[in-house]
Amino acid sequence: MNWQSAGEFFAMGGYGLYVWGAYGATAACMFAEPLLVALRHAQAQRALSSAGDEGAA
Amino acid sequence: MSPDFRFFQFAAPARFYVLAGRLVPWFWAAAAAIAAAGLYIGFFEAPTDATQGQAYRIIFIHVPAAWMSMLLYLVMAFWAAIGWAFNARLASMLARAIAPTGAMFTFLALWTGALWGKPTWGAWWVWDARLTSELILLFLYAGFMAIVAAIDDPRRADRAGALVAIVGSVNVPIIYFSVTWWNTLHQGASISVTAAPTMAKTMLVAMLLMTFAFWAYAFAVVFTRTRAIVLERDHHTAWAGEMAGRLPVRATSRLST
Repeated sequence: MNWQSAGEFFAMGGYGLYVWGAYGATAACMFAEPLLVALRHAQAQRALSSAGDEGAA
Repeated sequence: MSPDFRFFQFAAPARFYVLAGRLVPWFWAAAAAIAAAGLYIGFFEAPTDATQGQAYRIIFIHVPAAWMSMLLYLVMAFWAAIGWAFNARLASMLARAIAPTGAMFTFLALWTGALWGKPTWGAWWVWDARLTSELILLFLYAGFMAIVAAIDDPRRADRAGALVAIVGSVNVPIIYFSVTWWNTLHQGASISVTAAPTMAKTMLVAMLLMTFAFWAYAFAVVFTRTRAIVLERDHHTAWAGEMAGRLPVRATSRLST
C-alpha cells in the first residue's frame, strides 16, 4: 500500500495538482462524450418518430 | 463456411444498427470493469517512481490516450478509404463517428502530457518533435471534421474527408518514431515488441489495463455515434422508421434487402 491516509493520497507527494488535473480532465471528457453521443442518438430517434407522425397525418 | 454466410452482411447500415446496439452495453461494462482494475493497480499496487515521485502516475492515462489517438486515426483513415474505394456508406459513417473520439484522446494526450511535463521538465509545452507532431494530429482530426461538415452532399463530404484522412495518416508514423528520429525532450518508448519493458511489472499491467479500458470505451462511443449517424442519414428508409417505433417491426427479412 502506497498511502497512509486519504490526505496523503490526495496530495500525491506534492504533485496533487498535476495528477488530479490530468485525471480530472480525462474523467470529465470521458463522462461528457458518452452523454453527448447518447443525446445525439436520442435526437435522431425523436426526429424520425415525429417525421413519421407528420407523414401519417 | 456455411452457404448462407455473407461477407458484407453487416455492411448494411440496418444490420449494423441492430448488431452495434447489442454490443454497446458489453463494451460499456468492459470499459468500466477494466478501468476500475487498472486504476486500483495504478494507484494502490504500483510503487512510487524513484525519480519522478507520484507525478509519474499520469502515465496510466497519458500513454493509453496517446496510443488511442494514433490508433483511432489509422482506423478512421482505413474506414474512410474503404468507404471511398468500395462506395461503402457504412464505412464512411464509421470514419465520421471515430473522428471526435480520436480528437478527444489527442487532446487528452496533450493535456495530461502538459501536466506531466511541468513538474518533470519544468515546462507545460516545448516544441519537441513528439509534442508538435501530436498537436498536428489534433489539427488533422479537426480538419477532417471541418471538411466533412462543410460539404452538404453526404457522399461528396465522405470522399473529401477520406482524402484528408488518408493524406494525414502519414503523420502517425512520424509521431510514433519521432522520439527515435529526433533527439528531443520527450522520452523514448518504454514498451516495445522486441525488448523487455523498462518499467515495473505492476506499472505495466496498470497501463495496459487502462489501454484496454480506453479501447472498449472507444468502441462503445463510436458505435453509439455511428448508430446516430445511420439514423440521421437513413431517415427516409422504412427500416429506420421501424427502429424509431414509427412502424411495427415486421419480418427481419425486410432488413436484409
